[in-house]
Amino acid sequence: MAAAYDIAIKHTEPELDSGAPVVAVEDVRKAFAGHKVLDGISLHVARGETLAVLGRSGTGKSVLLRLIIGLETPDSGSICIHGQDIAGLAMDRMGEIRKKMGFLFQHAALYDSLTVAENVAFPLEHHRRDMSRSERSDRVMQLLAEVGMDRAVDKMPSDISGGMQKRVGLARALALEPEILLLDEPTAGLDPISSGEIDELILKLQRERQMASIVVTHDLHSAKAIANSLALLDRGKVVIEGKFEELQDSDIGFVKEFLKQS
Amino acid sequence: MSDRQPIVVAGNHPLFAGQRTISKPYALDLVGRLANGFFEWFGDLGIFFWKVLRAGLTPPYEWRELVRQLDEVGSMSLPLVAAAGAAIGIVISMEARYSLSRFGAKSMFSTTLVYSVIQVMGPIMTGLIVSGRVGAGIGAELASMKVTEQIDAVEASAINPYRLLAATRILACILMLPLLTLAADACGLLTGWFAQAMVEPLSFHQFIESGFKGSKLNDFLPPTFKTAVYGLIIGLIACFQGMRTRGGAAGVGRAATNSVVLASLFVILADVVLVKFILVFFP
Repeated sequence: MAAAYDIAIKHTEPELDSGAPVVAVEDVRKAFAGHKVLDGISLHVARGETLAVLGRSGTGKSVLLRLIIGLETPDSGSICIHGQDIAGLAMDRMGEIRKKMGFLFQHAALYDSLTVAENVAFPLEHHRRDMSRSERSDRVMQLLAEVGMDRAVDKMPSDISGGMQKRVGLARALALEPEILLLDEPTAGLDPISSGEIDELILKLQRERQMASIVVTHDLHSAKAIANSLALLDRGKVVIEGKFEELQDSDIGFVKEFLKQS
Repeated sequence: MSDRQPIVVAGNHPLFAGQRTISKPYALDLVGRLANGFFEWFGDLGIFFWKVLRAGLTPPYEWRELVRQLDEVGSMSLPLVAAAGAAIGIVISMEARYSLSRFGAKSMFSTTLVYSVIQVMGPIMTGLIVSGRVGAGIGAELASMKVTEQIDAVEASAINPYRLLAATRILACILMLPLLTLAADACGLLTGWFAQAMVEPLSFHQFIESGFKGSKLNDFLPPTFKTAVYGLIIGLIACFQGMRTRGGAAGVGRAATNSVVLASLFVILADVVLVKFILVFFP
């Protein structure tokens, strides 16, 4: 099996093509203890595109991101990253694909025994062993400056606010210069000003880096600000996918209700 | 007789009022589920061990984390193990003096102390002390990382958590247990001699010469190095319990408790097997 994957990686890894989907989710289903969470989801994201995945709490938005980065495996369907189906890949093979991906967890998931700077340096220490200590330090400072956290380098995660933790989490997600950025509720639990700042930061990063991004959120305003297209989930299915205007013009009851309540 | 004839399980205790009986099928179901859970736990442990083994034996090796864990398991446990070893040495010295005097075998004091400390008490005591300190520490640390998604963050950063978090801790336990045992043995012998020397004149040179007289390397090396197996048990169970935790703060508490209890239990059970193994293969 491992040999088959070797061959697949060698022959299917495509050149970056702005038109081809970088992330392709096809008819994915996932259930936990018999409870269907995702029920035939299909989504595609191309380079430079930002897709916002919206929906009520518990509709499987975060599970979708965990499936894309391989922290969960789908019950059926396929998830392709740059054309490579990630289903059944061994952890080290999956690791090679994950190096091209950045993930911001809902609660940032910073390593609580490391300082802010050490958190951001963590992926670099493991994957950029060619970097000297000073180069790594410069890179960490540059990343922290990008997210406006360069004055908190020596602080512990427990000493900074939730919004600041998310900024540091974002800097860590960007450390390996990913081609795909996955953001799980980047503005959840933040005040409107901090939310706006995070949105601006994401937009700035998109302009500069042209990544394929998937943002899971239930904040419609944030989604409208940062995404090229939106997908609305309900009961494990995509109810509608398109631009914000298409959602506004939709006659679907759930879409109308969601937009009205947001 | 009906299938559903009740079985009394809680007598008349007021806490169980209204729930004092269970039906036979329920009792069988309960036993079935317990047996299922037992075998499932061992199966999961086996799969976990295989994943750790595979990750730990393939590069890149996490040297820096290993050194950190060697310090955490070894240096940090040393004072506790040394203190316990010292206390055990005094206790064995006092008990041996009393017992041997009763049977007119006082001349066997040094040999009795040396063999008791090195072959029996040093290894098992070190195993149990490290089970408590390191087992709880690893179990709680990894469980806390699990419930706050830090282990997922390690994996999402394209780093194998079995290699970084588990293999390093287990290897540190394997390497450090024999060294800690040597330290416990040394402290036990020193304080044992000192306790005897306080009562009757006995030079340290005399004590060592008489204690080790006629002994072979096989008398001391296997009991010391069997603690590497204790290290494997402690590290493996603590990492396994920590990395499979669910359920917030309560889950972290459970993982720490289970790590200590199960590691201590399996260390004692392993001791039974290893003593027999040593007696057969290193007579």
